[in-house]
Amino acid sequence: MTENVEPVRRISPFLLVIILIVFILSLSALFMAVQSISNQKDLINSYSFLAIGVFGLAISAYMLLQTKGKPTHAALELPRVLTTLECPKCDFKSVRDFQRNDYVFKETGPCEKCNEQMKITAIYREVKKKKS
Amino acid sequence: MDYMIPQLAGLFGTGDNIVSLIFQLVFTGMFVVFMFYGQRVQMIVMLREVESHLRRLKFMRDDGRKVAVETIKQIGKPVGDPSDRIDQFMEYIAITPQTMDPSGIVWKLEHILDVRDDRFKDEVKLMAPEADETQLNNLENTLEAAMALHMIYKVIRHFYLLGKKTLSLYVIMQIQMVLPLIMQQAEAYIQALRAFSVGQPIGDGAGPLVAAKLMQGYKSKEVAKDMIAAKVPIDGRTAYVLKAKGPGGNVGKPGDGIRNIIKEKKGKISTIIMIDAALKLEGEEPGEIAEGVGAAIGGPGIEQFKIEDATTTNKIPVNAIIVKQDLGDAVSPMRKEIFDAVDPVITRIKRLILERTKKGDNIIIAGIGNTIGIGQ
Repeated sequence: MTENVEPVRRISPFLLVIILIVFILSLSALFMAVQSISNQKDLINSYSFLAIGVFGLAISAYMLLQTKGKPTHAALELPRVLTTLECPKCDFKSVRDFQRNDYVFKETGPCEKCNEQMKITAIYREVKKKKS
Repeated sequence: MDYMIPQLAGLFGTGDNIVSLIFQLVFTGMFVVFMFYGQRVQMIVMLREVESHLRRLKFMRDDGRKVAVETIKQIGKPVGDPSDRIDQFMEYIAITPQTMDPSGIVWKLEHILDVRDDRFKDEVKLMAPEADETQLNNLENTLEAAMALHMIYKVIRHFYLLGKKTLSLYVIMQIQMVLPLIMQQAEAYIQALRAFSVGQPIGDGAGPLVAAKLMQGYKSKEVAKDMIAAKVPIDGRTAYVLKAKGPGGNVGKPGDGIRNIIKEKKGKISTIIMIDAALKLEGEEPGEIAEGVGAAIGGPGIEQFKIEDATTTNKIPVNAIIVKQDLGDAVSPMRKEIFDAVDPVITRIKRLILERTKKGDNIIIAGIGNTIGIGQ
Protein backbone atom coordinates (compact mmCIF):
# COMPACT_ATOMS: atom_id res chain seq x y z
CA MET A 1 0.00 0.00 0.00
CA THR A 2 1.49 3.31 -0.94
CA GLU A 3 2.09 5.63 1.96
CA ASN A 4 2.34 9.29 1.15
CA VAL A 5 1.88 10.62 4.64
CA GLU A 6 5.23 11.94 5.79
CA PRO A 7 6.63 10.21 8.86
CA VAL A 8 5.49 12.15 11.88
CA ARG A 9 8.32 14.11 13.55
CA ARG A 10 8.85 13.05 17.13
CA ILE A 11 10.42 16.31 18.36
CA SER A 12 9.87 19.57 16.56
CA PRO A 13 12.99 21.82 16.35
CA PHE A 14 10.89 24.79 17.48
CA LEU A 15 9.98 23.00 20.69
CA LEU A 16 13.57 21.91 21.21
CA VAL A 17 14.74 25.52 21.03
CA ILE A 18 12.13 26.56 23.60
CA ILE A 19 13.16 23.74 25.90
CA LEU A 20 16.81 24.72 25.50
CA ILE A 21 16.10 28.38 26.31
CA VAL A 22 14.08 27.45 29.40
CA PHE A 23 16.83 25.07 30.46
CA ILE A 24 19.61 27.67 30.06
CA LEU A 25 17.58 30.36 31.87
CA SER A 26 16.84 27.96 34.72
CA LEU A 27 20.49 27.04 35.03
CA SER A 28 21.54 30.67 35.12
CA ALA A 29 18.83 31.44 37.71
CA LEU A 30 20.13 28.58 39.84
CA PHE A 31 23.70 29.77 39.43
CA MET A 32 22.75 33.30 40.52
CA ALA A 33 20.78 31.94 43.46
CA VAL A 34 23.67 29.77 44.66
CA GLN A 35 26.09 32.67 44.28
CA SER A 36 23.88 35.05 46.28
CA ILE A 37 23.24 32.52 49.01
CA SER A 38 26.92 31.69 49.38
CA ASN A 39 27.76 35.44 49.56
CA GLN A 40 24.85 35.97 51.99
CA LYS A 41 23.70 38.95 49.87
CA ASP A 42 20.15 39.86 48.84
CA LEU A 43 18.69 36.66 50.31
CA ILE A 44 15.05 37.32 49.30
CA ASN A 45 15.96 37.60 45.64
CA SER A 46 18.23 34.58 45.79
CA TYR A 47 15.43 32.36 47.11
CA SER A 48 13.17 33.62 44.31
CA PHE A 49 15.87 32.72 41.79
CA LEU A 50 16.22 29.32 43.37
CA ALA A 51 12.47 28.74 43.03
CA ILE A 52 12.48 29.99 39.41
CA GLY A 53 15.47 27.80 38.56
CA VAL A 54 13.97 24.65 40.05
CA PHE A 55 10.60 25.37 38.46
CA GLY A 56 12.22 26.02 35.05
CA LEU A 57 14.25 22.83 35.23
CA ALA A 58 11.16 20.85 36.14
CA ILE A 59 9.22 22.37 33.22
CA SER A 60 11.97 21.69 30.69
CA ALA A 61 12.35 18.09 31.92
CA TYR A 62 8.57 17.61 31.71
CA MET A 63 8.43 19.08 28.19
CA LEU A 64 11.29 16.88 27.05
CA LEU A 65 9.59 13.78 28.46
CA GLN A 66 6.35 14.75 26.78
CA THR A 67 7.99 15.17 23.39
CA LYS A 68 9.76 11.83 23.73
CA GLY A 69 6.22 10.63 23.60
CA LYS A 70 4.05 7.91 24.92
CA PRO A 71 3.84 4.68 22.98
CA THR A 72 1.94 5.73 19.87
CA HIS A 73 -0.59 2.95 20.19
CA ALA A 74 -1.54 0.61 22.93
CA ALA A 75 -1.86 -3.01 21.87
CA LEU A 76 -5.36 -4.01 20.83
CA GLU A 77 -7.03 -5.93 23.60
CA LEU A 78 -8.63 -9.20 22.63
CA PRO A 79 -11.75 -10.07 24.59
CA ARG A 80 -12.11 -13.56 26.04
CA VAL A 81 -14.94 -15.39 24.31
CA LEU A 82 -16.51 -18.46 25.90
CA THR A 83 -18.44 -21.33 24.37
CA THR A 84 -21.09 -23.20 26.38
CA LEU A 85 -21.86 -26.80 25.46
CA GLU A 86 -24.94 -28.57 26.75
CA CYS A 87 -26.23 -32.10 26.58
CA PRO A 88 -29.93 -32.12 25.61
CA LYS A 89 -30.48 -35.43 27.40
CA CYS A 90 -28.81 -35.14 30.82
CA ASP A 91 -28.38 -31.32 30.93
CA PHE A 92 -24.63 -31.67 31.48
CA LYS A 93 -23.03 -28.29 30.83
CA SER A 94 -19.44 -27.35 30.08
CA VAL A 95 -17.83 -24.02 29.32
CA ARG A 96 -14.58 -23.61 27.39
CA ASP A 97 -12.73 -20.98 25.35
CA PHE A 98 -14.10 -20.29 21.88
CA GLN A 99 -12.47 -22.27 19.06
CA ARG A 100 -12.54 -21.49 15.35
CA ASN A 101 -15.53 -23.14 13.62
CA ASP A 102 -17.67 -23.05 16.78
CA TYR A 103 -21.17 -21.73 16.21
CA VAL A 104 -24.40 -21.60 18.20
CA PHE A 105 -26.51 -24.79 17.77
CA LYS A 106 -23.59 -26.74 16.31
CA GLU A 107 -23.51 -30.38 17.35
CA THR A 108 -20.17 -31.22 18.90
CA GLY A 109 -18.71 -34.37 20.41
CA PRO A 110 -20.46 -36.87 22.69
CA CYS A 111 -21.48 -36.02 26.25
CA GLU A 112 -19.02 -37.10 28.96
CA LYS A 113 -21.87 -38.52 31.04
CA CYS A 114 -24.44 -40.08 28.71
CA ASN A 115 -22.68 -40.19 25.31
CA GLU A 116 -25.44 -38.15 23.64
CA GLN A 117 -24.40 -35.51 21.06
CA MET A 118 -23.70 -32.22 22.83
CA LYS A 119 -24.76 -28.90 21.35
CA ILE A 120 -23.24 -25.43 21.55
CA THR A 121 -25.91 -23.34 23.26
CA ALA A 122 -24.06 -20.08 23.80
CA ILE A 123 -21.06 -18.10 22.60
CA TYR A 124 -20.44 -14.82 24.38
CA ARG A 125 -17.82 -12.55 25.84
CA GLU A 126 -17.85 -11.44 29.41
CA VAL A 127 -17.14 -7.76 29.91
CA LYS A 128 -15.29 -6.66 33.01
CA LYS A 129 -17.27 -3.81 34.51
CA LYS A 130 -15.23 -0.66 35.08
CA LYS A 131 -15.20 0.66 38.62
CA SER A 132 -17.04 3.95 38.65
CA MET B 1 14.62 52.32 34.47
CA ASP B 2 15.41 55.94 35.08
CA TYR B 3 16.10 56.63 31.42
CA MET B 4 12.73 55.25 30.25
CA ILE B 5 9.55 57.15 29.56
CA PRO B 6 7.59 56.62 32.82
CA GLN B 7 4.51 55.14 31.02
CA LEU B 8 6.68 52.54 29.27
CA ALA B 9 8.73 51.81 32.34
CA GLY B 10 5.57 50.49 33.97
CA LEU B 11 5.51 47.69 31.48
CA PHE B 12 8.82 46.35 32.71
CA GLY B 13 8.34 46.67 36.42
CA THR B 14 8.96 49.69 38.50
CA GLY B 15 11.08 48.38 41.28
CA ASP B 16 14.73 47.54 41.25
CA ASN B 17 13.82 43.94 41.80
CA ILE B 18 15.23 41.93 38.87
CA VAL B 19 12.78 39.07 39.52
CA SER B 20 9.77 41.28 38.94
CA LEU B 21 11.43 42.63 35.81
CA ILE B 22 11.81 39.08 34.43
CA PHE B 23 8.21 38.26 35.27
CA GLN B 24 6.98 41.44 33.63
CA LEU B 25 9.02 40.67 30.53
CA VAL B 26 7.73 37.10 30.36
CA PHE B 27 4.10 38.20 30.75
CA THR B 28 4.43 40.97 28.19
CA GLY B 29 6.11 38.55 25.79
CA MET B 30 3.38 35.97 26.28
CA PHE B 31 0.69 38.59 25.77
CA VAL B 32 2.26 39.71 22.47
CA VAL B 33 2.79 36.11 21.26
CA PHE B 34 -0.78 35.05 22.03
CA MET B 35 -2.23 38.22 20.56
CA PHE B 36 -0.60 37.65 17.19
CA TYR B 37 -0.05 33.90 17.12
CA GLY B 38 -2.85 32.60 19.37
CA GLN B 39 -4.72 30.97 16.52
CA ARG B 40 -1.54 29.42 15.16
CA VAL B 41 -0.73 27.93 18.58
CA GLN B 42 -4.27 26.54 18.83
CA MET B 43 -3.89 25.04 15.35
CA ILE B 44 -0.59 23.39 16.22
CA VAL B 45 -2.15 21.84 19.32
CA MET B 46 -5.10 20.55 17.25
CA LEU B 47 -2.84 19.20 14.51
CA ARG B 48 -0.79 17.32 17.09
CA GLU B 49 -3.97 15.77 18.49
CA VAL B 50 -5.16 14.70 15.04
CA GLU B 51 -1.65 13.41 14.31
CA SER B 52 -1.61 11.15 17.34
CA HIS B 53 -5.05 9.75 16.47
CA LEU B 54 -3.93 9.28 12.88
CA ARG B 55 -1.02 7.19 14.11
CA ARG B 56 -3.41 4.98 16.06
CA LEU B 57 -5.72 4.70 13.05
CA LYS B 58 -2.78 3.65 10.87
CA PHE B 59 -1.87 1.03 13.42
CA MET B 60 -5.44 -0.29 13.42
CA ARG B 61 -5.62 -0.26 9.62
CA ASP B 62 -2.33 -2.18 9.33
CA ASP B 63 -3.39 -4.62 12.02
CA GLY B 64 -6.71 -5.21 10.23
CA ARG B 65 -4.96 -5.84 6.94
CA LYS B 66 -2.54 -8.24 8.63
CA VAL B 67 -5.38 -10.22 10.22
CA ALA B 68 -7.21 -10.38 6.86
CA VAL B 69 -4.12 -11.61 4.99
CA GLU B 70 -3.31 -14.19 7.66
CA THR B 71 -6.91 -15.49 7.78
CA ILE B 72 -7.07 -15.84 4.01
CA LYS B 73 -3.74 -17.67 3.95
CA GLN B 74 -4.84 -19.94 6.79
CA ILE B 75 -8.32 -20.79 5.54
CA GLY B 76 -8.21 -20.29 1.79
CA LYS B 77 -4.81 -21.83 1.13
CA PRO B 78 -4.12 -19.60 -1.90
CA VAL B 79 -1.37 -20.57 -4.34
CA GLY B 80 0.46 -17.22 -4.26
CA ASP B 81 0.62 -14.31 -1.85
CA PRO B 82 -2.84 -12.69 -1.67
CA SER B 83 -1.52 -9.37 -0.26
CA ASP B 84 -1.57 -7.45 -3.57
CA ARG B 85 -5.09 -8.60 -4.36
CA ILE B 86 -6.23 -7.64 -0.85
CA ASP B 87 -4.70 -4.17 -1.29
CA GLN B 88 -6.62 -3.75 -4.55
CA PHE B 89 -9.77 -4.97 -2.83
CA MET B 90 -9.38 -2.36 -0.08
CA GLU B 91 -9.66 0.39 -2.68
CA TYR B 92 -12.87 -1.02 -4.17
CA ILE B 93 -15.62 1.53 -4.78
CA ALA B 94 -19.35 1.35 -5.43
CA ILE B 95 -20.88 4.40 -7.10
CA THR B 96 -24.35 5.15 -5.82
CA PRO B 97 -27.08 5.80 -8.42
CA GLN B 98 -28.12 9.28 -9.50
CA THR B 99 -30.96 10.70 -7.38
CA MET B 100 -32.08 13.61 -9.60
CA ASP B 101 -35.13 11.56 -10.55
CA PRO B 102 -35.83 9.58 -7.35
CA SER B 103 -38.41 7.30 -8.96
CA GLY B 104 -37.14 3.70 -8.88
CA ILE B 105 -34.04 4.62 -6.88
CA VAL B 106 -34.56 1.68 -4.48
CA TRP B 107 -34.25 -0.89 -7.26
CA LYS B 108 -31.29 0.88 -8.82
CA LEU B 109 -29.51 0.91 -5.45
CA GLU B 110 -30.41 -2.72 -4.86
CA HIS B 111 -28.99 -3.66 -8.23
CA ILE B 112 -25.70 -1.85 -7.52
CA LEU B 113 -25.41 -3.48 -4.09
CA ASP B 114 -26.19 -6.92 -5.53
CA VAL B 115 -23.50 -6.49 -8.18
CA ARG B 116 -21.06 -5.31 -5.51
CA ASP B 117 -21.89 -8.30 -3.31
CA ASP B 118 -21.43 -10.75 -6.20
CA ARG B 119 -18.12 -9.14 -7.14
CA PHE B 120 -16.95 -9.35 -3.53
CA LYS B 121 -17.89 -13.02 -3.32
CA ASP B 122 -16.06 -13.79 -6.58
CA GLU B 123 -12.98 -11.90 -5.43
CA VAL B 124 -12.93 -13.74 -2.10
CA LYS B 125 -13.35 -17.08 -3.90
CA LEU B 126 -10.32 -16.28 -6.04
CA MET B 127 -8.32 -15.22 -3.00
CA ALA B 128 -9.33 -18.24 -0.90
CA PRO B 129 -10.05 -21.17 -3.23
CA GLU B 130 -10.24 -23.79 -0.47
CA ALA B 131 -12.75 -21.94 1.74
CA ASP B 132 -16.28 -23.36 2.11
CA GLU B 133 -19.45 -21.24 1.91
CA THR B 134 -19.49 -20.32 5.61
CA GLN B 135 -15.82 -19.40 5.57
CA LEU B 136 -16.27 -17.39 2.36
CA ASN B 137 -18.99 -15.32 4.04
CA ASN B 138 -16.80 -14.79 7.10
CA LEU B 139 -13.83 -13.79 4.95
CA GLU B 140 -16.00 -11.37 3.01
CA ASN B 141 -17.10 -9.74 6.27
CA THR B 142 -13.47 -9.64 7.48
CA LEU B 143 -12.36 -7.89 4.32
CA GLU B 144 -15.24 -5.43 4.53
CA ALA B 145 -14.20 -4.48 8.08
CA ALA B 146 -10.58 -4.06 6.90
CA MET B 147 -11.86 -1.91 4.06
CA ALA B 148 -13.85 0.28 6.46
CA LEU B 149 -10.75 0.83 8.62
CA HIS B 150 -8.72 1.68 5.54
CA MET B 151 -11.33 4.21 4.44
CA ILE B 152 -11.51 5.87 7.88
CA TYR B 153 -7.73 6.17 7.96
CA LYS B 154 -7.63 7.68 4.48
CA VAL B 155 -10.34 10.27 5.22
CA ILE B 156 -8.69 11.44 8.45
CA ARG B 157 -5.31 11.55 6.70
CA HIS B 158 -6.87 13.63 3.94
CA PHE B 159 -8.18 16.25 6.37
CA TYR B 160 -4.95 16.22 8.36
CA LEU B 161 -2.80 16.84 5.28
CA LEU B 162 -5.28 19.37 3.92
CA GLY B 163 -5.20 21.24 7.23
CA LYS B 164 -1.41 21.28 7.21
CA LYS B 165 -1.33 22.43 3.60
CA THR B 166 -3.89 25.21 3.89
CA LEU B 167 -3.12 26.08 7.53
CA SER B 168 -6.83 26.64 7.90
CA LEU B 169 -8.10 26.43 11.44
CA TYR B 170 -11.56 25.48 10.23
CA VAL B 171 -10.43 22.47 8.19
CA ILE B 172 -8.51 21.11 11.18
CA MET B 173 -11.21 22.05 13.67
CA GLN B 174 -13.99 20.14 11.90
CA ILE B 175 -12.01 16.89 11.91
CA GLN B 176 -10.69 17.41 15.45
CA MET B 177 -14.23 17.85 16.77
CA VAL B 178 -15.58 14.58 15.36
CA LEU B 179 -12.43 12.56 16.05
CA PRO B 180 -13.62 10.96 19.33
CA LEU B 181 -16.67 9.52 17.54
CA ILE B 182 -14.61 8.35 14.57
CA MET B 183 -12.10 6.67 16.88
CA GLN B 184 -14.96 4.89 18.64
CA GLN B 185 -16.15 3.64 15.26
CA ALA B 186 -12.67 2.50 14.25
CA GLU B 187 -12.23 0.63 17.55
CA ALA B 188 -15.56 -1.10 16.87
CA TYR B 189 -14.44 -2.13 13.37
CA ILE B 190 -11.18 -3.63 14.58
CA GLN B 191 -13.11 -5.70 17.12
CA ALA B 192 -15.53 -6.72 14.37
CA LEU B 193 -12.71 -7.73 12.08
CA ARG B 194 -11.28 -10.06 14.69
CA ALA B 195 -14.70 -11.56 15.42
CA PHE B 196 -15.40 -12.06 11.69
CA SER B 197 -12.03 -13.69 11.06
CA VAL B 198 -12.81 -16.51 13.50
CA GLY B 199 -16.60 -16.59 13.03
CA GLN B 200 -17.74 -15.41 16.47
CA PRO B 201 -21.35 -14.25 16.89
CA ILE B 202 -21.60 -10.45 17.21
CA GLY B 203 -24.05 -8.21 19.06
CA ASP B 204 -25.96 -7.51 15.84
CA GLY B 205 -26.82 -11.22 15.79
CA ALA B 206 -29.37 -10.82 18.61
CA GLY B 207 -32.29 -11.03 16.13
CA PRO B 208 -31.07 -14.14 14.25
CA LEU B 209 -30.27 -15.77 17.61
CA VAL B 210 -33.88 -15.31 18.78
CA ALA B 211 -35.16 -16.71 15.48
CA ALA B 212 -32.72 -19.65 15.60
CA LYS B 213 -33.85 -20.49 19.12
CA LEU B 214 -37.50 -20.42 18.05
CA MET B 215 -36.92 -22.62 14.98
CA GLN B 216 -34.89 -25.26 16.82
CA GLY B 217 -36.24 -28.72 16.03
CA TYR B 218 -38.25 -27.55 13.00
CA LYS B 219 -37.36 -28.02 9.36
CA SER B 220 -36.28 -24.88 7.56
CA LYS B 221 -36.25 -24.01 3.87
CA GLU B 222 -34.79 -21.19 1.78
CA VAL B 223 -37.44 -18.52 1.11
CA ALA B 224 -35.22 -15.89 -0.54
CA LYS B 225 -31.55 -15.35 -1.29
CA ASP B 226 -29.63 -16.30 1.89
CA MET B 227 -32.88 -16.34 3.92
CA ILE B 228 -34.35 -19.39 5.59
CA ALA B 229 -37.73 -19.87 7.28
CA ALA B 230 -39.28 -22.57 9.47
CA LYS B 231 -42.96 -23.20 10.19
CA VAL B 232 -43.30 -23.18 13.99
CA PRO B 233 -46.58 -23.71 15.88
CA ILE B 234 -46.94 -21.26 18.80
CA ASP B 235 -50.07 -21.32 21.01
CA GLY B 236 -52.35 -22.52 18.19
CA ARG B 237 -50.96 -20.04 15.64
CA THR B 238 -48.57 -20.78 12.75
CA ALA B 239 -45.42 -18.72 12.96
CA TYR B 240 -43.09 -18.42 9.98
CA VAL B 241 -39.78 -17.82 11.68
CA LEU B 242 -37.26 -16.18 9.42
CA LYS B 243 -33.53 -15.49 9.62
CA ALA B 244 -30.44 -15.15 7.44
CA LYS B 245 -28.74 -18.41 6.55
CA GLY B 246 -25.93 -19.13 9.03
CA PRO B 247 -23.47 -19.74 10.46
CA GLY B 248 -21.44 -17.67 8.00
CA GLY B 249 -21.44 -13.87 8.19
CA ASN B 250 -24.63 -12.95 6.37
CA VAL B 251 -27.58 -10.58 6.70
CA GLY B 252 -29.59 -12.02 3.82
CA LYS B 253 -32.54 -10.27 2.22
CA PRO B 254 -35.27 -10.16 4.87
CA GLY B 255 -37.41 -7.91 2.67
CA ASP B 256 -37.61 -10.55 -0.05
CA GLY B 257 -38.16 -13.30 2.54
CA ILE B 258 -41.10 -11.53 4.21
CA ARG B 259 -42.58 -10.50 0.84
CA ASN B 260 -42.41 -14.10 -0.46
CA ILE B 261 -44.15 -15.52 2.61
CA ILE B 262 -46.90 -12.86 2.40
CA LYS B 263 -47.34 -13.73 -1.29
CA GLU B 264 -47.41 -17.46 -0.54
CA LYS B 265 -50.10 -16.94 2.12
CA LYS B 266 -52.00 -14.58 -0.23
CA GLY B 267 -51.68 -11.73 2.24
CA LYS B 268 -53.30 -13.71 5.08
CA ILE B 269 -50.77 -12.77 7.74
CA SER B 270 -52.24 -11.29 10.90
CA THR B 271 -49.04 -9.70 12.23
CA ILE B 272 -45.30 -9.45 11.70
CA ILE B 273 -42.85 -9.28 14.58
CA MET B 274 -39.34 -8.07 13.79
CA ILE B 275 -36.44 -8.45 16.21
CA ASP B 276 -33.30 -6.44 15.70
CA ALA B 277 -30.34 -4.92 17.52
CA ALA B 278 -30.58 -1.15 17.91
CA LEU B 279 -28.17 1.51 19.07
CA LYS B 280 -28.61 2.48 22.69
CA LEU B 281 -28.26 5.94 24.12
CA GLU B 282 -25.54 6.67 26.66
CA GLY B 283 -26.85 5.78 30.09
CA GLU B 284 -28.94 2.85 28.84
CA GLU B 285 -27.75 -0.66 29.63
CA PRO B 286 -26.65 -3.07 26.87
CA GLY B 287 -29.20 -5.84 26.42
CA GLU B 288 -32.18 -3.66 27.39
CA ILE B 289 -35.31 -4.54 25.41
CA ALA B 290 -37.81 -2.11 23.92
CA GLU B 291 -41.01 -2.71 21.98
CA GLY B 292 -42.81 -0.69 19.36
CA VAL B 293 -44.19 -0.66 15.83
CA GLY B 294 -42.57 -0.36 12.41
CA ALA B 295 -39.98 -2.27 10.45
CA ALA B 296 -37.01 -2.83 12.75
CA ILE B 297 -34.20 -3.09 10.24
CA GLY B 298 -31.09 -1.06 9.43
CA GLY B 299 -28.86 -0.95 6.38
CA PRO B 300 -29.26 1.19 3.27
CA GLY B 301 -33.07 1.07 3.47
CA ILE B 302 -33.87 -1.27 0.57
CA GLU B 303 -35.11 -4.14 2.73
CA GLN B 304 -37.08 -1.75 4.96
CA PHE B 305 -38.72 -0.30 1.86
CA LYS B 306 -39.75 -3.75 0.61
CA ILE B 307 -41.20 -4.74 3.99
CA GLU B 308 -43.11 -1.46 4.34
CA ASP B 309 -44.39 -1.76 0.79
CA ALA B 310 -45.65 -5.34 1.26
CA THR B 311 -47.20 -4.69 4.68
CA THR B 312 -48.91 -1.47 3.59
CA THR B 313 -50.40 -3.14 0.51
CA ASN B 314 -51.75 -6.04 2.59
CA LYS B 315 -52.59 -3.92 5.70
CA ILE B 316 -50.46 -6.09 7.97
CA PRO B 317 -49.40 -4.58 11.32
CA VAL B 318 -45.66 -4.67 11.98
CA ASN B 319 -44.37 -4.94 15.55
CA ALA B 320 -40.77 -4.33 16.53
CA ILE B 321 -38.69 -5.62 19.42
CA ILE B 322 -35.21 -4.20 19.77
CA VAL B 323 -32.22 -5.24 21.85
CA LYS B 324 -30.18 -2.17 22.78
CA GLN B 325 -26.41 -1.99 22.48
CA ASP B 326 -23.76 0.51 21.44
CA LEU B 327 -21.93 0.46 18.12
CA GLY B 328 -18.93 -1.31 19.63
CA ASP B 329 -21.12 -4.08 21.08
CA ALA B 330 -23.08 -4.44 17.84
CA VAL B 331 -20.04 -5.44 15.83
CA SER B 332 -17.81 -7.10 18.44
CA PRO B 333 -18.24 -10.58 19.96
CA MET B 334 -21.67 -10.85 21.57
CA ARG B 335 -21.77 -9.66 25.18
CA LYS B 336 -23.28 -11.94 27.81
CA GLU B 337 -25.94 -9.31 28.57
CA ILE B 338 -27.11 -9.39 24.95
CA PHE B 339 -27.08 -13.18 24.88
CA ASP B 340 -29.09 -13.22 28.11
CA ALA B 341 -31.68 -10.89 26.53
CA VAL B 342 -32.75 -13.63 24.09
CA ASP B 343 -35.08 -15.47 26.50
CA PRO B 344 -36.90 -12.30 27.66
CA VAL B 345 -37.35 -11.36 23.98
CA ILE B 346 -38.97 -14.75 23.30
CA THR B 347 -41.28 -14.21 26.29
CA ARG B 348 -42.30 -10.82 24.83
CA ILE B 349 -42.90 -12.37 21.39
CA LYS B 350 -45.20 -14.97 22.92
CA ARG B 351 -47.07 -12.31 24.89
CA LEU B 352 -47.46 -10.19 21.77
CA ILE B 353 -48.79 -13.18 19.83
CA LEU B 354 -51.35 -13.95 22.57
CA GLU B 355 -52.45 -10.33 22.80
CA ARG B 356 -52.53 -9.37 19.13
CA THR B 357 -53.58 -12.54 17.29
CA LYS B 358 -56.20 -15.30 17.52
CA LYS B 359 -55.89 -19.06 17.23
CA GLY B 360 -55.36 -20.28 13.67
CA ASP B 361 -53.69 -17.04 12.52
CA ASN B 362 -50.52 -16.93 10.45
CA ILE B 363 -47.72 -14.73 11.72
CA ILE B 364 -44.20 -13.88 10.65
CA ILE B 365 -41.32 -13.59 13.13
CA ALA B 366 -38.18 -12.16 11.55
CA GLY B 367 -34.79 -12.11 13.29
CA ILE B 368 -32.87 -9.32 11.60
CA GLY B 369 -29.09 -8.92 11.67
CA ASN B 370 -25.80 -10.61 10.89
CA THR B 371 -26.03 -14.31 11.66
CA ILE B 372 -22.28 -14.93 11.92
CA GLY B 373 -21.56 -17.74 14.37
CA ILE B 374 -25.25 -18.64 14.68
CA GLY B 375 -26.62 -21.79 13.05
CA GLN B 376 -30.23 -22.82 12.72
